[in-house]
Amino acid sequence: MYPSDLKYDKEHEWVRVEGDVAVIGISHFAQHQLGEVVYVDLPSEGDSVSAGEAFGEIESVKSVSELYSPADGEIIKVNSALSDSPETVNEEPYAGGWMIQVKLADASQLDGLLSAEEYEAFVSEEA
Amino acid sequence: MSEPLARTPLYEEHLALGGRMVPFAGYEMPVQYEGIKAEHEAVRSSAGIFDVCHMSQFRVFGFGAFDYLQGLLTNDLSRIAEVGSAHYTLMCDEDGGIIDDLIVYHTGDLEYLIIANAANRTTDLDWLRAHCPEDSTLTEQIEPEHREGCGIVELVDESDRTGLIAVQGPRALGVITELAGTGFEAPRRFHIAEARLAGTPVLLARTGYTGEDGVEILCHVSHAAGIWRALLSFPEVTPCGLGARDTLRLEMGYHLYGSDMDRGVDPISAGLGWVVPQKGAPFVGSEAIARIRSKGPESRLVGIIVEDGIPRAGFPVLHDGEEVGKVASGTFSPTLGTGIATAYLPVSLAEPGTALEVVIRRKTARARVERPPFVKSTSLS
Repeated sequence: MYPSDLKYDKEHEWVRVEGDVAVIGISHFAQHQLGEVVYVDLPSEGDSVSAGEAFGEIESVKSVSELYSPADGEIIKVNSALSDSPETVNEEPYAGGWMIQVKLADASQLDGLLSAEEYEAFVSEEA
Repeated sequence: MSEPLARTPLYEEHLALGGRMVPFAGYEMPVQYEGIKAEHEAVRSSAGIFDVCHMSQFRVFGFGAFDYLQGLLTNDLSRIAEVGSAHYTLMCDEDGGIIDDLIVYHTGDLEYLIIANAANRTTDLDWLRAHCPEDSTLTEQIEPEHREGCGIVELVDESDRTGLIAVQGPRALGVITELAGTGFEAPRRFHIAEARLAGTPVLLARTGYTGEDGVEILCHVSHAAGIWRALLSFPEVTPCGLGARDTLRLEMGYHLYGSDMDRGVDPISAGLGWVVPQKGAPFVGSEAIARIRSKGPESRLVGIIVEDGIPRAGFPVLHDGEEVGKVASGTFSPTLGTGIATAYLPVSLAEPGTALEVVIRRKTARARVERPPFVKSTSLS
């Protein structure tokens, strides 16, 4: 449920680091808590994001969840397919459900993220 | 500080089905099982069942029953003179403020059944009691054989001993017909009749809150779980929670008490003038409502469609950049794939097609006035 090659934050995003690019999505736990995702609002390519700042939001029928970036950088790619098929976030949160790709300004900002093991322990307390 | 939550007779069933339980109107209720969208779609295409045992049931008996109720309810009670018929109605205060919205069933000679909102049980009872004719018997939670007195009106709160399960969807009647067995004839739309389901005596009301054909089953609380399980034994039946109940009712533009109206709103502004006949008998609030009707309301509850975003209760509604109201009810419509909402707006903006905007957190989404129902075609249309 929590792939070990990913990093996680306490807002329930996952991050996959590919060189100086971070791919960001939401965890299995987050999509399950939210329920069926029916709407995803993402920023545009070229926008900048800041660590800890909301960059978008996803909504299920009943609730809304903000998306936070764990690091500063520039958005180089947005998963625009999610606007037509937001349910992908539930179906494959770590694959087709990715949200944005960020060109990192400072990769060391990701040092504080949780490992899969740490994150699993964190959510087992929250659940 | 807060009161402990009550449980319906189906509480254990919800847990066994993996229902996600939330507090609602003082009860622990399932908001969803598998998912709101899937449950919603099951009702639109097949059949869904809902635990609505939390709702209130009052009975009014006696030679004074008709006059008493007609003096308190907005709709013309003589429209349901036929035993077995029912209609939607409102109970208002002297200023025309809506106390509750109800369905009244004419269940027998000199006998009416009222189904009311769970959250309004005490308020309604207080109001009904306060307006009873002097020579009345007010009994609560007393088995009929133990009722005393010979009042001109008897008012009985049957909420705690009455179970209520809604079965809704194009295949609902098929399921009920199978459970009822040979010789069963379903009551007509907005009618109620006795029946036996899976061997259990019930009242079947051909009413609902989803816009689909179906029934609401009234039974003794001790039989509710048995009927629930019997219904679930049909593969075409999906258990549905409060989440789907809300999206289904809002797609039809059905009002939700507490969101779309309350004591501070009159029936005309709420768009419910159709349950206040102009030439009906007088009732509490009729003069105030007649004045509002002739003068014209200042604001009106309208339907709103938001193509790109999900409007939620309380979000500001703009026209030409100016705030003109707030979202009353708002959600995502699984059928349309868009945001739908209601809001009280100045009557000048109530015309369908009027361009609006809804402020959804950091952005402003384009919206327009749409005359409900938002979903035009269902098994009832």
